[in-house]
Amino acid sequence: MSDDLIQRVLKVISTSKRIPPETVTIDSDFAQLNIDSMDAVEILFALENEFDISIPDDAVRAVRNVRQMCEGIDKLITDKASEPPAVQ
Amino acid sequence: MVRVAITGAGAICALGRTAAEFAAAISSGRSGIGPIRSTNMSEFRFRNGAEVPDYSHTPYFDDRRADFMDRFAQFAVIAAREAVADAAPAWTPELRENAAIITGSCVGGQSTEDTGFQEVYKHGRNRVHPLTIPKTMANAGASHISMEFGVTGPSFTISTACSSAAHAIGQAYWMIRSGAAPLAITGGSEAPFSFGILKAWEAMRVVSPDTCRPFSKDRHGMILGEGAAMLVLEPLDAARARGARIHAEIVGFGMSADASHITQPSAEGAARAMRAALRDAALAPDQIGYINAHGTGTLANDISETAAIQAVFGSRVKNLPVSSTKSMHGHALGAAGALECLAAIVALRDGILPPTANFNERDPECDLDVVPNHARAAQVEYALSNSFAFGGLNAVLALRAVAH
Repeated sequence: MSDDLIQRVLKVISTSKRIPPETVTIDSDFAQLNIDSMDAVEILFALENEFDISIPDDAVRAVRNVRQMCEGIDKLITDKASEPPAVQ
Repeated sequence: MVRVAITGAGAICALGRTAAEFAAAISSGRSGIGPIRSTNMSEFRFRNGAEVPDYSHTPYFDDRRADFMDRFAQFAVIAAREAVADAAPAWTPELRENAAIITGSCVGGQSTEDTGFQEVYKHGRNRVHPLTIPKTMANAGASHISMEFGVTGPSFTISTACSSAAHAIGQAYWMIRSGAAPLAITGGSEAPFSFGILKAWEAMRVVSPDTCRPFSKDRHGMILGEGAAMLVLEPLDAARARGARIHAEIVGFGMSADASHITQPSAEGAARAMRAALRDAALAPDQIGYINAHGTGTLANDISETAAIQAVFGSRVKNLPVSSTKSMHGHALGAAGALECLAAIVALRDGILPPTANFNERDPECDLDVVPNHARAAQVEYALSNSFAFGGLNAVLALRAVAH
Protein backbone atom coordinates (compact mmCIF):
# COMPACT_ATOMS: atom_id res chain seq x y z
CA MET A 1 0.00 0.00 0.00
CA SER A 2 1.74 3.18 -1.18
CA ASP A 3 1.90 6.44 0.71
CA ASP A 4 0.45 8.15 -2.36
CA LEU A 5 -2.66 5.96 -2.14
CA ILE A 6 -3.09 6.73 1.55
CA GLN A 7 -2.71 10.48 0.97
CA ARG A 8 -5.31 10.41 -1.82
CA VAL A 9 -7.79 8.50 0.38
CA LEU A 10 -7.27 10.93 3.27
CA LYS A 11 -7.83 13.87 0.93
CA VAL A 12 -11.04 12.34 -0.48
CA ILE A 13 -12.41 11.82 3.03
CA SER A 14 -11.58 15.33 4.25
CA THR A 15 -12.89 16.93 1.04
CA SER A 16 -16.15 14.95 1.03
CA LYS A 17 -16.82 15.46 4.72
CA ARG A 18 -15.56 19.08 4.56
CA ILE A 19 -13.27 18.70 7.54
CA PRO A 20 -9.67 19.96 7.89
CA PRO A 21 -7.22 17.53 6.23
CA GLU A 22 -5.15 17.25 9.41
CA THR A 23 -8.12 15.71 11.26
CA VAL A 24 -8.01 12.57 9.08
CA THR A 25 -5.21 10.05 9.52
CA ILE A 26 -4.64 6.43 8.58
CA ASP A 27 -5.55 5.56 12.19
CA SER A 28 -8.89 7.43 12.24
CA ASP A 29 -12.05 5.42 12.56
CA PHE A 30 -15.33 6.49 11.02
CA ALA A 31 -17.23 6.80 14.28
CA GLN A 32 -14.53 9.14 15.60
CA LEU A 33 -14.79 11.26 12.43
CA ASN A 34 -18.57 11.29 12.85
CA ILE A 35 -19.07 9.66 9.44
CA ASP A 36 -22.63 8.34 9.12
CA SER A 37 -24.07 6.05 6.45
CA MET A 38 -24.88 8.85 4.00
CA ASP A 39 -21.39 10.39 4.45
CA ALA A 40 -19.98 6.92 3.79
CA VAL A 41 -21.75 6.42 0.47
CA GLU A 42 -20.61 9.89 -0.63
CA ILE A 43 -17.01 9.03 0.22
CA LEU A 44 -17.29 5.72 -1.67
CA PHE A 45 -18.64 7.60 -4.69
CA ALA A 46 -15.69 10.04 -4.53
CA LEU A 47 -13.20 7.17 -4.13
CA GLU A 48 -14.63 5.36 -7.16
CA ASN A 49 -14.06 8.52 -9.21
CA GLU A 50 -10.61 9.22 -7.72
CA PHE A 51 -9.26 5.73 -8.44
CA ASP A 52 -11.49 4.76 -11.40
CA ILE A 53 -12.65 1.62 -9.64
CA SER A 54 -15.99 0.07 -8.75
CA ILE A 55 -16.43 -0.71 -5.07
CA PRO A 56 -18.90 -3.57 -4.49
CA ASP A 57 -21.46 -3.25 -1.69
CA ASP A 58 -20.33 -6.39 0.09
CA ALA A 59 -16.73 -5.13 0.19
CA VAL A 60 -17.70 -2.14 2.32
CA ARG A 61 -19.98 -3.64 4.94
CA ALA A 62 -17.22 -4.52 7.40
CA VAL A 63 -15.10 -1.41 6.82
CA ARG A 64 -15.03 0.71 9.98
CA ASN A 65 -11.85 2.78 9.70
CA VAL A 66 -9.51 4.53 7.30
CA ARG A 67 -6.87 1.81 7.34
CA GLN A 68 -9.38 -0.87 6.29
CA MET A 69 -10.63 1.49 3.61
CA CYS A 70 -7.10 2.04 2.21
CA GLU A 71 -6.41 -1.70 2.24
CA GLY A 72 -9.66 -2.37 0.38
CA ILE A 73 -8.88 0.24 -2.27
CA ASP A 74 -5.35 -1.10 -2.68
CA LYS A 75 -6.76 -4.57 -3.29
CA LEU A 76 -9.33 -3.31 -5.82
CA ILE A 77 -6.60 -1.43 -7.74
CA THR A 78 -4.34 -4.51 -7.75
CA ASP A 79 -7.21 -6.76 -8.89
CA LYS A 80 -8.08 -4.32 -11.66
CA ALA A 81 -4.46 -4.17 -12.89
CA SER A 82 -4.26 -7.96 -13.09
CA GLU A 83 -7.46 -8.26 -15.15
CA PRO A 84 -7.03 -9.02 -18.85
CA PRO A 85 -7.85 -5.96 -20.99
CA ALA A 86 -11.51 -5.77 -21.96
CA VAL A 87 -12.28 -7.13 -25.41
CA GLN A 88 -13.52 -4.33 -27.61
CA MET B 1 -67.77 13.66 12.87
CA VAL B 2 -68.30 11.80 9.60
CA ARG B 3 -67.10 8.18 9.52
CA VAL B 4 -65.18 7.32 6.37
CA ALA B 5 -65.72 4.19 4.27
CA ILE B 6 -63.48 2.70 1.60
CA THR B 7 -65.95 1.69 -1.10
CA GLY B 8 -63.61 1.15 -4.02
CA ALA B 9 -60.15 -0.29 -4.56
CA GLY B 10 -57.94 -0.70 -7.60
CA ALA B 11 -54.35 -1.83 -8.04
CA ILE B 12 -51.71 -2.59 -10.61
CA CYS B 13 -48.23 -3.75 -9.61
CA ALA B 14 -45.84 -6.68 -9.91
CA LEU B 15 -48.42 -8.89 -8.22
CA GLY B 16 -51.22 -8.32 -10.69
CA ARG B 17 -53.39 -5.89 -12.56
CA THR B 18 -56.43 -5.80 -10.30
CA ALA B 19 -57.04 -5.42 -6.57
CA ALA B 20 -58.31 -9.03 -6.55
CA GLU B 21 -55.06 -10.33 -8.09
CA PHE B 22 -53.12 -8.23 -5.58
CA ALA B 23 -55.16 -9.67 -2.69
CA ALA B 24 -54.72 -13.24 -3.93
CA ALA B 25 -50.94 -12.81 -4.25
CA ILE B 26 -50.32 -11.26 -0.82
CA SER B 27 -52.67 -13.78 0.79
CA SER B 28 -50.63 -16.63 -0.63
CA GLY B 29 -47.23 -15.04 0.07
CA ARG B 30 -46.24 -14.88 -3.60
CA SER B 31 -43.44 -12.45 -4.40
CA GLY B 32 -43.43 -10.45 -7.64
CA ILE B 33 -39.70 -9.68 -7.46
CA GLY B 34 -37.59 -10.71 -10.46
CA PRO B 35 -35.10 -9.45 -13.04
CA ILE B 36 -35.74 -5.87 -14.23
CA ARG B 37 -36.60 -6.00 -17.94
CA SER B 38 -37.58 -2.43 -18.87
CA THR B 39 -34.02 -1.11 -18.43
CA ASN B 40 -30.68 -2.59 -19.45
CA MET B 41 -29.23 -3.73 -16.11
CA SER B 42 -25.87 -5.07 -17.35
CA GLU B 43 -23.93 -2.18 -15.76
CA PHE B 44 -25.57 -2.34 -12.32
CA ARG B 45 -24.69 -3.83 -8.96
CA PHE B 46 -28.28 -5.09 -8.72
CA ARG B 47 -30.54 -6.78 -11.24
CA ASN B 48 -33.90 -7.29 -9.58
CA GLY B 49 -37.04 -5.26 -9.11
CA ALA B 50 -40.80 -5.62 -8.89
CA GLU B 51 -42.08 -4.56 -12.30
CA VAL B 52 -45.54 -4.91 -13.79
CA PRO B 53 -44.79 -7.89 -16.04
CA ASP B 54 -45.09 -7.32 -19.81
CA TYR B 55 -46.83 -3.98 -19.36
CA SER B 56 -48.11 -2.21 -22.44
CA HIS B 57 -50.57 0.68 -22.63
CA THR B 58 -52.56 -0.96 -25.43
CA PRO B 59 -55.34 -2.67 -23.53
CA TYR B 60 -55.88 0.49 -21.46
CA PHE B 61 -55.29 3.58 -23.63
CA ASP B 62 -55.35 4.31 -27.33
CA ASP B 63 -52.00 5.35 -28.76
CA ARG B 64 -52.79 9.05 -28.96
CA ARG B 65 -53.95 9.25 -25.36
CA ALA B 66 -50.93 7.25 -24.21
CA ASP B 67 -48.67 9.78 -25.98
CA PHE B 68 -49.67 12.25 -23.25
CA MET B 69 -49.10 9.92 -20.29
CA ASP B 70 -45.95 8.63 -18.66
CA ARG B 71 -46.14 5.07 -17.35
CA PHE B 72 -46.74 6.34 -13.79
CA ALA B 73 -49.79 8.37 -14.87
CA GLN B 74 -51.13 5.38 -16.82
CA PHE B 75 -50.87 3.26 -13.68
CA ALA B 76 -52.73 5.96 -11.73
CA VAL B 77 -55.65 5.97 -14.17
CA ILE B 78 -55.77 2.17 -14.49
CA ALA B 79 -56.04 1.77 -10.70
CA ALA B 80 -58.52 4.67 -10.42
CA ARG B 81 -60.77 3.15 -13.11
CA GLU B 82 -60.93 -0.10 -11.18
CA ALA B 83 -61.55 1.67 -7.85
CA VAL B 84 -64.32 3.84 -9.28
CA ALA B 85 -65.97 0.90 -11.08
CA ASP B 86 -65.77 -1.03 -7.81
CA ALA B 87 -67.36 1.79 -5.78
CA ALA B 88 -69.90 2.57 -8.51
CA PRO B 89 -70.74 5.98 -7.05
CA ALA B 90 -74.13 7.48 -7.83
CA TRP B 91 -72.64 10.27 -9.96
CA THR B 92 -74.55 13.53 -10.06
CA PRO B 93 -73.32 16.87 -11.43
CA GLU B 94 -72.82 18.05 -7.82
CA LEU B 95 -70.82 14.97 -6.89
CA ARG B 96 -68.50 15.35 -9.88
CA GLU B 97 -68.11 19.05 -9.12
CA ASN B 98 -67.12 18.52 -5.48
CA ALA B 99 -65.30 15.17 -5.40
CA ALA B 100 -61.60 15.32 -4.51
CA ILE B 101 -58.60 13.64 -6.11
CA ILE B 102 -55.46 13.36 -4.00
CA THR B 103 -52.56 11.30 -5.28
CA GLY B 104 -49.03 10.57 -4.13
CA SER B 105 -45.94 10.34 -6.32
CA CYS B 106 -42.29 10.58 -5.40
CA VAL B 107 -40.45 10.88 -8.70
CA GLY B 108 -43.18 11.54 -11.30
CA GLY B 109 -42.55 10.72 -14.96
CA GLN B 110 -38.93 9.65 -14.64
CA SER B 111 -38.74 7.58 -17.82
CA THR B 112 -40.02 10.54 -19.82
CA GLU B 113 -37.53 12.92 -18.22
CA ASP B 114 -34.67 10.48 -18.65
CA THR B 115 -35.43 10.01 -22.36
CA GLY B 116 -35.81 13.74 -22.90
CA PHE B 117 -32.59 14.67 -21.16
CA GLN B 118 -30.63 11.97 -22.99
CA GLU B 119 -31.51 13.81 -26.19
CA VAL B 120 -29.63 16.92 -25.09
CA TYR B 121 -26.91 15.45 -22.86
CA LYS B 122 -26.09 12.21 -24.65
CA HIS B 123 -27.23 12.56 -28.24
CA GLY B 124 -26.11 16.17 -28.58
CA ARG B 125 -29.42 17.37 -29.96
CA ASN B 126 -30.69 20.82 -29.14
CA ARG B 127 -34.31 20.05 -28.31
CA VAL B 128 -36.45 17.76 -26.17
CA HIS B 129 -39.97 16.54 -26.83
CA PRO B 130 -42.61 19.19 -26.02
CA LEU B 131 -44.59 16.76 -23.84
CA THR B 132 -41.62 16.20 -21.53
CA ILE B 133 -42.92 18.67 -18.93
CA PRO B 134 -46.61 17.59 -18.83
CA LYS B 135 -45.63 13.92 -18.77
CA THR B 136 -42.99 14.35 -16.07
CA MET B 137 -44.91 16.48 -13.56
CA ALA B 138 -45.78 14.50 -10.43
CA ASN B 139 -49.39 15.72 -10.49
CA ALA B 140 -50.03 14.19 -13.94
CA GLY B 141 -51.66 11.16 -12.28
CA ALA B 142 -54.22 13.34 -10.47
CA SER B 143 -54.81 15.42 -13.59
CA HIS B 144 -55.48 12.42 -15.82
CA ILE B 145 -57.81 10.90 -13.21
CA SER B 146 -59.78 14.16 -13.12
CA MET B 147 -60.10 14.16 -16.92
CA GLU B 148 -61.01 10.47 -16.98
CA PHE B 149 -64.03 10.97 -14.70
CA GLY B 150 -64.87 14.63 -15.26
CA VAL B 151 -64.22 15.26 -11.57
CA THR B 152 -63.66 18.96 -10.94
CA GLY B 153 -63.28 19.29 -7.17
CA PRO B 154 -60.12 19.84 -5.09
CA SER B 155 -57.33 17.85 -6.75
CA PHE B 156 -53.65 17.76 -5.94
CA THR B 157 -50.58 15.60 -5.48
CA ILE B 158 -48.45 15.09 -2.42
CA SER B 159 -44.76 14.26 -2.75
CA THR B 160 -43.12 13.05 0.43
CA ALA B 161 -40.86 10.34 -0.98
CA CYS B 162 -41.89 6.91 0.39
CA SER B 163 -44.76 8.38 2.43
CA SER B 164 -46.41 10.22 -0.49
CA ALA B 165 -49.43 7.94 -0.91
CA ALA B 166 -50.04 7.59 2.83
CA HIS B 167 -50.00 11.38 3.20
CA ALA B 168 -52.39 11.61 0.21
CA ILE B 169 -54.84 9.03 1.61
CA GLY B 170 -54.67 10.65 5.04
CA GLN B 171 -55.48 14.04 3.59
CA ALA B 172 -58.38 12.60 1.58
CA TYR B 173 -59.63 10.85 4.74
CA TRP B 174 -59.61 14.13 6.67
CA MET B 175 -61.43 15.91 3.83
CA ILE B 176 -64.24 13.35 3.87
CA ARG B 177 -64.34 13.30 7.67
CA SER B 178 -64.61 17.07 7.89
CA GLY B 179 -67.26 17.29 5.18
CA ALA B 180 -64.93 19.19 2.85
CA ALA B 181 -65.56 16.66 0.06
CA PRO B 182 -68.38 14.16 -0.54
CA LEU B 183 -66.13 11.59 -2.24
CA ALA B 184 -62.41 11.19 -2.83
CA ILE B 185 -60.29 9.20 -5.24
CA THR B 186 -56.94 8.77 -3.53
CA GLY B 187 -53.79 6.67 -3.57
CA GLY B 188 -50.41 6.76 -5.25
CA SER B 189 -48.59 5.73 -8.39
CA GLU B 190 -44.97 5.32 -9.39
CA ALA B 191 -42.85 4.02 -12.27
CA PRO B 192 -39.25 4.53 -11.20
CA PHE B 193 -37.42 2.14 -13.54
CA SER B 194 -35.47 4.68 -15.55
CA PHE B 195 -31.73 4.24 -16.05
CA GLY B 196 -30.87 7.48 -14.25
CA ILE B 197 -33.06 6.86 -11.20
CA LEU B 198 -31.83 3.27 -10.92
CA LYS B 199 -28.22 4.55 -11.02
CA ALA B 200 -29.10 7.05 -8.28
CA TRP B 201 -30.54 4.27 -6.11
CA GLU B 202 -27.47 2.15 -6.79
CA ALA B 203 -25.26 4.97 -5.54
CA MET B 204 -27.14 5.02 -2.22
CA ARG B 205 -26.11 1.39 -1.66
CA VAL B 206 -29.46 0.40 -0.20
CA VAL B 207 -30.71 -1.90 -2.97
CA SER B 208 -30.49 -5.63 -2.38
CA PRO B 209 -28.46 -7.73 -4.84
CA ASP B 210 -31.06 -10.52 -4.63
CA THR B 211 -34.43 -9.95 -2.99
CA CYS B 212 -36.18 -8.01 -0.25
CA ARG B 213 -36.08 -9.78 3.14
CA PRO B 214 -37.63 -7.40 5.67
CA PHE B 215 -36.73 -8.05 9.33
CA SER B 216 -34.65 -11.11 8.37
CA LYS B 217 -31.12 -11.17 9.77
CA ASP B 218 -29.70 -11.76 6.29
CA ARG B 219 -31.53 -8.80 4.71
CA HIS B 220 -29.46 -6.81 2.22
CA GLY B 221 -31.67 -3.87 1.39
CA MET B 222 -34.73 -2.83 -0.52
CA ILE B 223 -36.08 -3.85 -3.93
CA LEU B 224 -37.66 -1.11 -6.04
CA GLY B 225 -41.20 -1.62 -7.26
CA GLU B 226 -43.70 0.13 -9.49
CA GLY B 227 -47.43 0.41 -9.84
CA ALA B 228 -50.41 2.13 -8.32
CA ALA B 229 -53.22 1.61 -5.89
CA MET B 230 -56.26 3.86 -5.68
CA LEU B 231 -59.16 3.96 -3.24
CA VAL B 232 -62.57 5.58 -3.27
CA LEU B 233 -63.52 7.14 0.06
CA GLU B 234 -66.95 8.41 1.02
CA PRO B 235 -68.99 9.00 4.17
CA LEU B 236 -69.91 5.69 5.79
CA ASP B 237 -73.56 6.62 6.23
CA ALA B 238 -73.93 7.65 2.60
CA ALA B 239 -72.21 4.47 1.45
CA ARG B 240 -74.51 2.33 3.60
CA ALA B 241 -77.58 4.26 2.45
CA ARG B 242 -76.86 3.47 -1.20
CA GLY B 243 -75.99 -0.15 -0.41
CA ALA B 244 -72.33 0.12 -1.41
CA ARG B 245 -69.89 -2.64 -0.57
CA ILE B 246 -67.55 -1.35 2.13
CA HIS B 247 -64.03 -2.82 2.16
CA ALA B 248 -63.03 -1.19 5.46
CA GLU B 249 -63.11 2.11 7.32
CA ILE B 250 -60.31 4.60 7.75
CA VAL B 251 -60.45 5.74 11.37
CA GLY B 252 -57.27 7.72 11.96
CA PHE B 253 -54.28 9.43 10.42
CA GLY B 254 -51.06 10.58 12.06
CA MET B 255 -48.02 12.42 10.79
CA SER B 256 -44.64 13.50 12.11
CA ALA B 257 -41.24 14.79 11.04
CA ASP B 258 -38.04 13.26 12.40
CA ALA B 259 -36.15 16.57 12.22
CA SER B 260 -32.92 14.62 12.50
CA HIS B 261 -31.29 13.28 9.31
CA ILE B 262 -32.06 13.38 5.60
CA THR B 263 -31.83 9.59 5.17
CA GLN B 264 -31.31 7.85 8.52
CA PRO B 265 -34.65 6.99 10.11
CA SER B 266 -35.53 7.99 13.66
CA ALA B 267 -37.43 5.55 15.86
CA GLU B 268 -38.75 8.46 17.85
CA GLY B 269 -40.23 10.15 14.75
CA ALA B 270 -41.87 6.90 13.60
CA ALA B 271 -43.28 6.28 17.08
CA ARG B 272 -44.73 9.79 17.21
CA ALA B 273 -46.54 9.21 13.89
CA MET B 274 -48.04 5.93 15.14
CA ARG B 275 -49.14 7.59 18.40
CA ALA B 276 -50.65 10.47 16.41
CA ALA B 277 -52.68 8.02 14.29
CA LEU B 278 -53.91 6.22 17.42
CA ARG B 279 -54.83 9.55 19.03
CA ASP B 280 -56.63 10.71 15.87
CA ALA B 281 -58.60 7.44 15.86
CA ALA B 282 -59.20 7.57 19.64
CA LEU B 283 -57.70 4.08 19.90
CA ALA B 284 -55.55 2.52 22.61
CA PRO B 285 -52.46 0.59 21.44
CA ASP B 286 -54.06 -2.62 22.75
CA GLN B 287 -56.82 -2.37 20.14
CA ILE B 288 -54.46 -2.72 17.16
CA GLY B 289 -54.35 -6.28 15.84
CA TYR B 290 -52.08 -5.95 12.82
CA ILE B 291 -49.46 -3.54 11.47
CA ASN B 292 -48.47 -3.36 7.83
CA ALA B 293 -44.91 -2.18 8.37
CA HIS B 294 -42.90 0.23 6.28
CA GLY B 295 -40.40 -2.68 6.37
CA THR B 296 -38.07 -1.78 3.53
CA GLY B 297 -35.56 -4.54 4.22
CA THR B 298 -32.69 -2.11 4.77
CA LEU B 299 -30.50 -2.62 7.80
CA ALA B 300 -31.41 0.78 9.24
CA ASN B 301 -35.18 0.93 8.64
CA ASP B 302 -36.07 -2.43 10.07
CA ILE B 303 -34.14 -1.89 13.32
CA SER B 304 -35.51 1.61 13.73
CA GLU B 305 -39.10 0.60 12.93
CA THR B 306 -38.88 -2.30 15.38
CA ALA B 307 -37.73 0.08 18.11
CA ALA B 308 -40.58 2.44 17.27
CA ILE B 309 -43.21 -0.32 17.41
CA GLN B 310 -41.75 -1.58 20.69
CA ALA B 311 -41.88 1.95 22.12
CA VAL B 312 -45.56 2.40 21.19
CA PHE B 313 -46.87 -1.10 21.95
CA GLY B 314 -44.57 -2.19 24.81
CA SER B 315 -44.85 -5.80 25.90
CA ARG B 316 -47.81 -6.31 23.53
CA VAL B 317 -45.42 -6.68 20.57
CA LYS B 318 -45.12 -10.38 21.38
CA ASN B 319 -48.74 -10.83 20.27
CA LEU B 320 -48.90 -8.19 17.57
CA PRO B 321 -48.45 -9.44 14.00
CA VAL B 322 -46.35 -7.02 11.90
CA SER B 323 -45.57 -7.83 8.28
CA SER B 324 -43.93 -6.11 5.35
CA THR B 325 -45.61 -6.74 2.02
CA LYS B 326 -42.72 -4.91 0.30
CA SER B 327 -41.23 -8.42 0.28
CA MET B 328 -43.78 -9.18 -2.44
CA HIS B 329 -44.66 -5.92 -4.31
CA GLY B 330 -41.30 -4.21 -3.77
CA HIS B 331 -40.82 -0.64 -2.63
CA ALA B 332 -43.00 1.38 -4.97
CA LEU B 333 -41.89 4.72 -3.42
CA GLY B 334 -44.76 7.19 -3.93
CA ALA B 335 -47.21 4.32 -4.49
CA ALA B 336 -45.96 2.26 -1.54
CA GLY B 337 -48.32 3.75 1.04
CA ALA B 338 -51.32 3.02 -1.19
CA LEU B 339 -50.37 -0.57 -2.01
CA GLU B 340 -49.70 -1.18 1.67
CA CYS B 341 -52.91 0.48 2.81
CA LEU B 342 -54.66 -1.87 0.39
CA ALA B 343 -52.75 -4.81 1.91
CA ALA B 344 -54.03 -3.79 5.36
CA ILE B 345 -57.56 -3.42 3.96
CA VAL B 346 -57.34 -6.95 2.50
CA ALA B 347 -56.16 -8.25 5.88
CA LEU B 348 -59.12 -6.69 7.70
CA ARG B 349 -61.68 -7.55 5.03
CA ASP B 350 -60.65 -11.13 4.28
CA GLY B 351 -59.33 -12.14 7.71
CA ILE B 352 -55.93 -13.09 6.28
CA LEU B 353 -52.76 -11.40 7.51
CA PRO B 354 -50.28 -11.20 4.63
CA PRO B 355 -46.82 -12.56 5.42
CA THR B 356 -43.35 -11.11 5.28
CA ALA B 357 -42.05 -13.16 2.34
CA ASN B 358 -38.41 -14.19 1.73
CA PHE B 359 -37.82 -14.38 5.49
CA ASN B 360 -34.91 -16.61 6.48
CA GLU B 361 -33.64 -15.87 9.93
CA ARG B 362 -34.83 -14.07 13.04
CA ASP B 363 -32.88 -10.91 13.89
CA PRO B 364 -32.69 -10.14 17.64
CA GLU B 365 -32.76 -6.45 16.69
CA CYS B 366 -36.07 -6.98 14.89
CA ASP B 367 -37.84 -8.91 17.63
CA LEU B 368 -41.38 -8.81 16.21
CA ASP B 369 -43.97 -11.36 15.09
CA VAL B 370 -43.34 -10.75 11.39
CA VAL B 371 -45.73 -13.44 10.08
CA PRO B 372 -42.84 -15.15 8.28
CA ASN B 373 -43.46 -16.52 4.78
CA HIS B 374 -46.99 -17.84 5.30
CA ALA B 375 -50.20 -15.84 5.55
CA ARG B 376 -52.14 -16.26 8.77
CA ALA B 377 -55.89 -16.47 9.21
CA ALA B 378 -56.94 -13.94 11.87
CA GLN B 379 -59.98 -11.72 12.22
CA VAL B 380 -58.59 -8.38 13.30
CA GLU B 381 -60.64 -5.28 14.04
CA TYR B 382 -58.03 -2.52 13.79
CA ALA B 383 -54.81 -2.22 11.77
CA LEU B 384 -52.11 0.38 11.14
CA SER B 385 -50.28 1.02 7.88
CA ASN B 386 -46.86 2.62 8.42
CA SER B 387 -45.04 4.82 5.90
CA PHE B 388 -41.71 6.45 6.76
CA ALA B 389 -39.95 8.55 4.12
CA PHE B 390 -36.43 9.64 3.35
CA GLY B 391 -36.31 13.13 4.75
CA GLY B 392 -37.91 11.86 7.95
CA LEU B 393 -41.53 12.60 6.99
CA ASN B 394 -43.80 9.95 8.46
CA ALA B 395 -47.46 9.04 7.84
CA VAL B 396 -49.53 6.34 9.52
CA LEU B 397 -53.10 5.31 8.67
CA ALA B 398 -55.43 3.53 11.10
CA LEU B 399 -58.05 1.22 9.60
CA ARG B 400 -61.02 -0.69 10.92
CA ALA B 401 -62.73 -3.84 9.67
CA VAL B 402 -66.39 -3.56 8.78
CA ALA B 403 -68.65 -5.85 10.77
CA HIS B 404 -70.68 -8.07 8.46
